[in-house]
Amino acid sequence: MKVRIDSERCQGHGRCYDLAPDLFGEDDEGYGQVIGEGIVPPDDERAARLAVSNCPERAIEIL
Amino acid sequence: MTVDDRFNQDYREALEEPPLGSRNEVITGPVSDWATDFSHAEPEWAADPYPIQDELRQRCPIAHTERFGGGWLPTRYEDVAAIAYDTEHFSSRAIIMSNFRPPVELAPVGTAPPISSDPPFHHHARKLLLPAFTKSAVAKREAGTRAYCHALIDAMAGQDVVDAAADYAQHIPMRVIAEMLGFPPEDGPQFREFVENALEGINLPPEERFARSQQLFDYLLVQIREHVEHPRDDLTSYLIDAELDGNKLDPSHVAGTMALLLIAGIDTTWSAIGASLWHLAKTPADRERLVAEPALLPTAMEEFLRAYAPVTMARLVKQDMHWRGGDMKADDWVLLSFPAANRDPAQFDRAGEVVIDREVNRHVAFGLGIHRCVGSHLARMELRVALEVWLERFPDFSLADPAAVTWAAGQVRGPRTLPIRIG
Repeated sequence: MKVRIDSERCQGHGRCYDLAPDLFGEDDEGYGQVIGEGIVPPDDERAARLAVSNCPERAIEIL
Repeated sequence: MTVDDRFNQDYREALEEPPLGSRNEVITGPVSDWATDFSHAEPEWAADPYPIQDELRQRCPIAHTERFGGGWLPTRYEDVAAIAYDTEHFSSRAIIMSNFRPPVELAPVGTAPPISSDPPFHHHARKLLLPAFTKSAVAKREAGTRAYCHALIDAMAGQDVVDAAADYAQHIPMRVIAEMLGFPPEDGPQFREFVENALEGINLPPEERFARSQQLFDYLLVQIREHVEHPRDDLTSYLIDAELDGNKLDPSHVAGTMALLLIAGIDTTWSAIGASLWHLAKTPADRERLVAEPALLPTAMEEFLRAYAPVTMARLVKQDMHWRGGDMKADDWVLLSFPAANRDPAQFDRAGEVVIDREVNRHVAFGLGIHRCVGSHLARMELRVALEVWLERFPDFSLADPAAVTWAAGQVRGPRTLPIRIG
């Protein structure tokens, strides 16, 4: 599993880095960023799905 | 080094007073039919807007009114979202629905950038603020906020019943934003007046509203001048020094943004803290569960934000158009109800219930699109800390007098009187 943020849609709500801090971080302006290559270890798959389903802008994709 | 003389003269002297714009007849009194005559300024809306919104969503999802010179009220999530995203047809030139529309020449800057700004200017004005409001930037204020919450509760010693809105919720965002702007903490009571004038006086004659708003800008000018003399590490000095395209900001931009941070930073979070405490005071099962499972609080808090979203925004229609079944006219208001969107059953299961362990919660309490609340990370920190401290200090509390609870009218809704029995 891999995650990706559509930076055109992200508005910096920060739900992803609240809910899945191992997978997402903030940039200097608060927009979400995928940490590293965005590869989700099996233990973080639930957190990844939570981030997707709580993003108000629907900016996160699971690839 | 050149002296910063932007604020020596009152920059407002060059403006016409009161400003040009369009005014319309003030209509108050009971609503005849919410689908054709809605008003968010009436007491029944303040007391409980949710049944009204639910009924409209079924019967007439985009309601209309002739009040305030004409406006629309979408109640479905999909319509609220579509308008929030559509800056081509809907302007943020005015975001408080009242009987006064500022002149169209104010766009794209507006009176309180960036909330009142449209693209492309909006992006630049917003970018200036974002770094100060990231999650990690506001985390530095958490310890101070927590200590302040404890001090407010220490001051309640010996009382059996306290007003959780006036004695607790209100003070937390006031203190935090005053500190961020570098204003004297003892000025808090004045801020309350500024907030009420800006948000709750929408049916006052426009001249009176304007006169009242001048009190806020008089205050801000004093603070700005003091910061020009004695710069320091706070948002006021930051805005005085900030540049867009190599130029310092217009004095009206500096003051307008400060006004925004002050007003929007206080009433909203105060309402969110108060509404959450109100819910817990009247729902023992949820209160007991959060006391037993403090780790659930971040999830519960999102549910309080969904179910009791304090903020409704407004837009102005840019040009005459037919939009989703309505004939919208240029300068019609749109009341952009995030609270109504948050209770749309098409978007949320059990939309009308408060489910404190709701895991999937794509709520829009902080808006959607380019105007996402710039202070959302700050608000979440304040709300979480305020609730953590309260639950730690008062694991057992209840509504002392449900009938005595009062709610703010207008576009920011939350308890203003909230008697809670703590002893």
